[in-house]
Amino acid sequence: MLRRGLLLLAAPLLALAVALVISSIALLLSHHSPLSTYSKMVSYGVCSKAFPDAPCTAESMVSILDRAVPYFLSALAVAIGFRMALFNIGVGGQYHMAAVLAAGLGAAVSLPAPLHVAFILAVAVVTGAMWAGIAGLLKVTRGVSEVISTIMLNFIGGGLSTYLLVTFFKAGGSDNLSGASKTLPTSAWFPSLNPLLKALGLTAGDTDLYGFAIVAIVVGIGYSILLQRTRFGFDLRASGVNPWAAQASGVAQKGMVVKTMLISGAIAGLVGMPHLLGFAHKYSNDFPAGLGFTGITVALLGRNRPIGMVLGAILIGFLERSAQVLDLNGIPKEIVVIMQGTIVLSVVVAYEVVRRAEVAAAERAVRRRLDSDDGPDAGPPPEPQASAAVPV
Amino acid sequence: MAAPAVELRGITKRFPGVVANRDVSLSVARGEVHAIVGENGAGKSTLMKTLYGMHRPDEGAVLVDGKEMKFRSPSDAIDAGIGMVHQHFMLADNFTVLENVVLGNEPTSGGRLDVKRARAKIAEISDAYGLGVVPDRLVEDLGVGDRQRVEILKVLYRGAKILILDEPTAVLVPQEVDELFGNLAELKSEGVTVIFISHKLDEVLRVADSVTVIRAGTTVRTVRAGEVSARDLAELMVGSELPTPETRESTVTDTVELAVRGLTLNAPDGRRILDDVSFDIHRGEVVGIAGVEGNGQAELVETLLGLREPIAGSVSLGGQDITHWSTRRRRESGIGYIPEDRHRQGLLLAASLWENRILGHQTQAPMVRGPWIDRAASRRDTERIIREYDVRTPSADVPAFALSGGNQQKLIIGREMSGSPSLLVASHPTRGVDVGAQAAIWEQLRDARAAGLAVLLISADLEELIGMSDTLHVMLRGRLVAQLDPARLTPEELGSHMTGAALRDTG
Repeated sequence: MLRRGLLLLAAPLLALAVALVISSIALLLSHHSPLSTYSKMVSYGVCSKAFPDAPCTAESMVSILDRAVPYFLSALAVAIGFRMALFNIGVGGQYHMAAVLAAGLGAAVSLPAPLHVAFILAVAVVTGAMWAGIAGLLKVTRGVSEVISTIMLNFIGGGLSTYLLVTFFKAGGSDNLSGASKTLPTSAWFPSLNPLLKALGLTAGDTDLYGFAIVAIVVGIGYSILLQRTRFGFDLRASGVNPWAAQASGVAQKGMVVKTMLISGAIAGLVGMPHLLGFAHKYSNDFPAGLGFTGITVALLGRNRPIGMVLGAILIGFLERSAQVLDLNGIPKEIVVIMQGTIVLSVVVAYEVVRRAEVAAAERAVRRRLDSDDGPDAGPPPEPQASAAVPV
Repeated sequence: MAAPAVELRGITKRFPGVVANRDVSLSVARGEVHAIVGENGAGKSTLMKTLYGMHRPDEGAVLVDGKEMKFRSPSDAIDAGIGMVHQHFMLADNFTVLENVVLGNEPTSGGRLDVKRARAKIAEISDAYGLGVVPDRLVEDLGVGDRQRVEILKVLYRGAKILILDEPTAVLVPQEVDELFGNLAELKSEGVTVIFISHKLDEVLRVADSVTVIRAGTTVRTVRAGEVSARDLAELMVGSELPTPETRESTVTDTVELAVRGLTLNAPDGRRILDDVSFDIHRGEVVGIAGVEGNGQAELVETLLGLREPIAGSVSLGGQDITHWSTRRRRESGIGYIPEDRHRQGLLLAASLWENRILGHQTQAPMVRGPWIDRAASRRDTERIIREYDVRTPSADVPAFALSGGNQQKLIIGREMSGSPSLLVASHPTRGVDVGAQAAIWEQLRDARAAGLAVLLISADLEELIGMSDTLHVMLRGRLVAQLDPARLTPEELGSHMTGAALRDTG
């Protein structure tokens, strides 16, 4: 199984190497040194050193992790759909709807601290699930592709959340120019992990490390257990790789579509929570956008595996954070966009290459083993495997 | 004598691992209706694809009007005057007949579609061949027979003088078949050559001038339609090898396990697929269903499993009415299933063998406890199947795709025999497996039958059907048309029942 582990690592490393080569070409074409650019990015991204003689702090690390938490949650929401061959493109709409209702209703009640947070999370989870559930219902009752309906629900969700904000949840006061909702009371704030940083002797300036990272890790573990250890997860994965076989085995496909969309939406509802509960404490029109699409990228990078998606989320966070130092050095920070794009493309290609290598290796292994067992009497070679589906 | 309209000489076409056509030769005279008959999988479609330029033969020559042709694509074939009407219509529903006919071949004036010229030409063709096509109707408003005429007109519009019709009657009701045959007679009288692919012998004899029989990828004989009976053709189609039915003791009991009454099923487009099907299977009995593929056997199986909803009739298992049960409930109550296409319905190819052990038994011990999968127990039970059913594999952890077809099938059979099923639905259980595995699978089915299992056996292998079944039904166009005694039956008799020839001969 060591071989298999190496193959698993080979794909992302190969992809990263290809992305570095292509980005280097782009840098050379614009007359910048690739090596010095990368070293600046690393020293800023790892050590927060904007200049060579600046002190090394954990500020960048914290910023990268804070970016990674919502990306990871978003990726989990996308990945559970992917595992049953459903494309939830609507994480964006789902977390916006969840965040505005969570912020609005959360500010309207007063509860003791843990209950208040739990109440807000419950609102977010239920709202996200309902919003995604619409797409699931449309698919099973009217045959509407979930790709189309979730994209449309993104627009509707964006408009509706603004409407809800302005009409019901907007805080009073003439200085509220951004139209933000009422600030949540401190009982609804999620504590940061800065005490932990301090205990480790790290300084992060005035940046808070989201405590919500803990929740994200728990959800990631839950995702893994649900898919790998439960009957429901088996039914879901079977439906994803072979819906006909799943149906013949007794999995009601329509029910599975709705349930999967509900779970995906429920996780999506959490995507805005690190920002809401850990930083802004209110919903406004400048609430972070685009987390849904980054989630798709991260799910692809991580091949729908929790550890892979954690690393993918951190990689994207690192690229975004370290891009900030490039402008200071007169290097166009768009180079990071090129890197992200090439990484995703080469990861997809590399995974396919590695998958074929795995298929060939597995077939060879079986044949070799059988040949040594009982000579040439091992039956005909395996049939061609055009349909050897890979779990996505 | 004039050169034949179409001549095929020594056509051989190989696909990886199979020879689909072997040394096929046939000659079609101008202005005749020439039928090509053979069972499904005999190689008719491959041959027609060769003639229509959809792929190139590995050996042999295609001659049109005496000239050798090298078709690289269907458009080369169309240029040579060959047109094909596919079994599945290729029409845009939201376009009118006129738009569909001219699509890809539009007459234009000044860059715009010249509707007037198109309409005139369509009317001319329609009148010349008596097709009665109305150019301005929307295709979505047309019935199946009308759509087929549009397809024919589309081909004629492109100048075809040789028409290939691939199973044209498969989608038609009897009155529509009559109309089609009327159209074909018109076409013939106007000098069009028709190649008519079918496996329905009574229809072939009504419409064709000559008939070429294909069996196992090669041409058996070409005969004049007036000089043979349907029974003769059936014998040519099925071949005359005699199987040796197994002589063995009957294990049939008096207890009815499965009772099917008046089962009727429609396709989504309203065509009748199963028509008033009734039969019983007793404990310890193997009931075989014979029939040319595509006559409703696959749908019968899917209906019994709860994958399709019948419009009438009932199914009861062990005395309980299961007509409206879900698939899962049926499987929990003891229906084992060996699907016709194991890659499609029987396996998760990329998953390990022990995960495949769970498939179809997701709610059953020992693999599953409550909501949890018990991986260790599932592995252990898979290893038991590997041992007992002689599945050749290094371990239960290899992915299913790494096994050969025969070993995949042995795993499926072991899985479906586990947990003491009361009914086994076995669809082509030995298709695509090697001889050794085939014998083993037969032996396992016999043992299970002796232990009281009720088995429904669907197969295209007549020897298997006759040898394994205690009772044999013949299915034709969704109906059970005959019940035969396998102990006193030859494959020729069975073959003529399957193609409907026996019905026709006896009136």
